Amino acid sequence: MGVEGIGARVARKEDKRFITGRGRYVDDVKIVGLTHAHFIRSPHAHAKVKGIDASAAKDMPGVVDVLTAQQLVDDKIGNLICGWAVSSKDGTPMKMGAWPAMAPDTVRFVGQAVAVVIAETKNQAKDAAEAVVVTYEELPAVSSMTAALASGAPQLHPEAPGNVVYDWAIGDEKLTNDAFSKAANVVSLDLTNNRLVPNAMEPRAAVAEYDEAEEHFTLHTTSQNPHVARLVLSAFYNVAQEHKLRVIAPDVGGGFGSKIFIYPEEMVALWASKKVRRPVKWTGDRTEAFLTDAHGRDHISHAEMAFDANNKILGLRVKTHANFGAYMSLFSSSVPTYLYATLLSGQYNIPTIYAEVMGVYTNTTPVDAYRGAGRPEASYLVERLMETSARQLKVDPAELRRLNFVTQFPHQTPVIMAYDIGDFGASLDAALKAIDYAGFPARKAKAKAAGKLRGLGFSCYIEACGIAPSKAVGSLGAGVGLWESAEVRVNPVGTIEVLTGSHSHGQGHETTFAQLVADRLGISVDQVQIVHGDTDKVQFGMGTYGSRSAAVGMSAIFKAMEKVEAKAKKIAAHLLEASEGDIVIENGEFKVAGTDKAIALPMVALAAYTAHNLPDGMEPGLKEGAFYDPTNFTFPAGAYICEVEIDPGTGKTDIVDFVAVDDFGRLINPMIVEGQVHGGLAQGIGQAMLESAIYDDNGQPVTASFMDYAMPRADDVPSFRVSHTTTLCPGNPLGVKGCGEAGAIGSSPAVINAITDALGHNKIEMPATPGRVWEALQLQQAAE
Amino acid sequence: MYETTYHRPASIDEAAALFAKHPEAKYLAGGHTLIPVMKQRLAAPSDVIDLAKIKDLIGIEATSDALIIKAATTYYDITQSAAAKKAIPAIVHLTSVLGDPAVRYRGTVGGSIANNDPAADYPAAVLALNATIKTNKREIKGDDFFQGLFSTALEEDEIITSVSFPIPAKAGYAKMRHPASRFALTAVFVAQTKSGEVRVAATGASQSGVMRVPAIEAALKANWSAGALDGVKISADGLMGDIHGSAEYRANLIKVMAQRAVDAAG
Ligand SMILES: Cc1cc2nc3c(=O)[nH]c(=O)nc-3n(C[C@H](O)[C@H](O)[C@H](O)COP(=O)(O)OP(=O)(O)OC[C@H]3O[C@@H](n4cnc5c(N)ncnc54)[C@H](O)[C@@H]3O)c2cc1C
Repeated sequence: MGVEGIGARVARKEDKRFITGRGRYVDDVKIVGLTHAHFIRSPHAHAKVKGIDASAAKDMPGVVDVLTAQQLVDDKIGNLICGWAVSSKDGTPMKMGAWPAMAPDTVRFVGQAVAVVIAETKNQAKDAAEAVVVTYEELPAVSSMTAALASGAPQLHPEAPGNVVYDWAIGDEKLTNDAFSKAANVVSLDLTNNRLVPNAMEPRAAVAEYDEAEEHFTLHTTSQNPHVARLVLSAFYNVAQEHKLRVIAPDVGGGFGSKIFIYPEEMVALWASKKVRRPVKWTGDRTEAFLTDAHGRDHISHAEMAFDANNKILGLRVKTHANFGAYMSLFSSSVPTYLYATLLSGQYNIPTIYAEVMGVYTNTTPVDAYRGAGRPEASYLVERLMETSARQLKVDPAELRRLNFVTQFPHQTPVIMAYDIGDFGASLDAALKAIDYAGFPARKAKAKAAGKLRGLGFSCYIEACGIAPSKAVGSLGAGVGLWESAEVRVNPVGTIEVLTGSHSHGQGHETTFAQLVADRLGISVDQVQIVHGDTDKVQFGMGTYGSRSAAVGMSAIFKAMEKVEAKAKKIAAHLLEASEGDIVIENGEFKVAGTDKAIALPMVALAAYTAHNLPDGMEPGLKEGAFYDPTNFTFPAGAYICEVEIDPGTGKTDIVDFVAVDDFGRLINPMIVEGQVHGGLAQGIGQAMLESAIYDDNGQPVTASFMDYAMPRADDVPSFRVSHTTTLCPGNPLGVKGCGEAGAIGSSPAVINAITDALGHNKIEMPATPGRVWEALQLQQAAE
Repeated sequence: MYETTYHRPASIDEAAALFAKHPEAKYLAGGHTLIPVMKQRLAAPSDVIDLAKIKDLIGIEATSDALIIKAATTYYDITQSAAAKKAIPAIVHLTSVLGDPAVRYRGTVGGSIANNDPAADYPAAVLALNATIKTNKREIKGDDFFQGLFSTALEEDEIITSVSFPIPAKAGYAKMRHPASRFALTAVFVAQTKSGEVRVAATGASQSGVMRVPAIEAALKANWSAGALDGVKISADGLMGDIHGSAEYRANLIKVMAQRAVDAAG
């Protein structure tokens, strides 16, 4: 391995353009004749659209056209799809209402588009939008799951009676009930997992262009998975044919899941570019992001854990209500089911689990995968329950966990997942040592003397990444396979291009993927170029989410590299008149082992392309592709400990220490891994202490700007102490597990466990804002 | 943003003359309130008259009795001013916890008090010190200036030229930041004047903007110490309650912030 190979802290190649302002984002795309789109959105959470009068607007300066929902219907443009079929426990398929890209007759959340103005400038489009008269007849709205499920509640979709999408279950109900009937102790907990707004730094955007002569579309869009976008746009929406549509996702400023989905605006821009026969740009503003980017989380759960007399877990029973908002977004159905309930076993030996999940429609923004997607909800539930159990059973929380850890691998949980490897005790030990657990009582006493309340909270999370074995997800209802593709092109001069179906939108793939190639060939990362995000360049790919790009995307590159190396070795052996089996690759050279005979990579590459002297029958060129379908999920896991201090006068909580010990398998670039962990921790802490998307009873969003939606700032988070323990993943050639979401998955329960420890009771929900913590302290004082 | 015409006058008189010609105009200073509101299309001035470059509106000066800050002086300049630090350190502290660096580089005292946001910091200092607001037409006492949410004694065309803060014997400011906006969730300015009067103003708390807090003033008048406030009870009546804190919480914060401000004042 060279200095820039696997395990090296290589500075990110892509950062030069990002930090000098030279990134090229969708909004930077300039095309001659570009027009600008501005959407007209519903101010009501639920209403009938009685009419749209655009006559005055069409005559306004610069207006190219005003397109309405009815025209989408007339053009037979398809409705948005949900790509994962989940059935209720009685076997009935999920009940979904139609989601048209613009609403022709009924709007079901504030911000849903009904029409779009296309004009020469954005400002002209906005001016004209004010002149479009939309007549609504307001309908009663339901903004919470409780309201949606009440008898006589307003109904969102005729297809989904009672506003229920599905009533799903996993596990063995009878076995679980039996376990509870035998239990020495049962601990129960009610929890709310607050709704979050992803807030990627770059808002969503699209630039669509139609070439009339070629009948060909090009769409630049803020996507985490441009090939999936092309597939869905062509196969389901009837806008363009797949071979006549190029989708480019250039530099993308963060996604966190929210840019996986194919949204109305991008699709309408594409359709409109043909309608108005001009290129069309739409760049969302922050308000539109708050109103229309798929939100995350939003669960209400009741959980119970049964213990025997020795504090061993006997069973877990969970009932969760998951809020889907007004429509089923692309992967929404899978999030509170297969991405959530399958992780409810946590790091523990739990003989039996039964979890029921009811998916509910409300008049709010649709909810879908957001950093962690289901797994943060699972770890929050399991880890709050473990901490609560330890307090109730009067056992040390670290010891209760250790007593119940899975220690034998592979381990089949009662909820589908089969953990391949891990060492949960090692991570916990390292975390206890790092935080100086033994010194906590003294620190707590010292804080008390200074008038502060100190608390310490654990979270031993596990999650599933590297999604996923295609056959397995197919059997669970997924509409797509979840493999990845790669192509390695060695150029005639020996430089290398790697085409990948993964998409980097902040993750640093241009560096880490190059490190893999550098490692294998012993060359510098500068000789490697990573190509991604363009359906005309990369044949196919499933994109980046679910911490899958190392475990799945890089494994595909690994396979393609093996093929390239095999062919290159044949050529080298031929040129060196040696036997193929004796060729080794070192420092960019092909060497005959044990001799000083060697030929450099550029010479091998040149030979491949001149084809003057190749082994008999060998095709010219040096380029190989591979598809990699994972054999299993990967299971990153770790131990987080958070220490907080509460100011009882104001209720303000300061995180005074935060230790994160993760097992991600092999680290390709530890610096990038640390960055991913830091970002994830900040998001998890944001959920625990600051962030919450709130609607009033009429479905009006109360937190649709940064004035009311609190994002974590640098001074809200401590200086994290991040370290690793390692078990190599046996399921993929690199031994990697994935690190993109762990921080967001593991941190919120650690924070709340620390706060409840400091408070001395459990009556607090996320986000634990100063106001709420203060109220919780008053409760306690009233009780005393 | 709607179309607007931008003007950059060189003097106060020129600015006032421009306003007289364009009655639908707005004065612009740091722009950190006005520009976002215009971008959201919630304000549509025909003309924008920029005061930020008028030399007579910039500068800080201290006499033995008063700290005088001209209206278009930026927060940043105030935090860097040795004269201000010496005269009323509590004002420099207040400025240093106002917004973030970008806001402090552009935002101005005149803009802040003309805007009179119910959670803004400066109104608390102006009211607690009973500062004098000088305009191109007259002088207005702090006591008479603030008239409820986003409303002041200023006439449409009136320009604040400076604010004169009497130098107190003691003063302190303590702020609980709003978790999202970082304005005041509740903040309190306490002051003891050279003649021994105690004046206390709270911002961010009341439904009708910055307010005096007589219960705290009385307790501190009797005994200038944080401990003197232990037994004081602040009523939640008329206070704001929202997703970031109930009225009861804000009532508690008035007291706790007042105690911390007294500690800071010494
Ligand atoms: C992200 C952010 C955070 C902020 N945080 C805080 C905070 O923590 N605390 C706080 O107090 N404020 C905060 N603010 C508001 C900030 O202080 C504003 O700058 C201030 O309210 C307005 O001052 P300005 O100079 O920017 O005025 P402008 O926005 O230019 O003007 C505001 C209003 O005042 C009028 N005006 C300006 N100058 C004069 C004058 N000399 N005479 C008459 N009228 C005048 C204008 O016509 C306009 O109506 C924040 C703002 C932002 C954007």
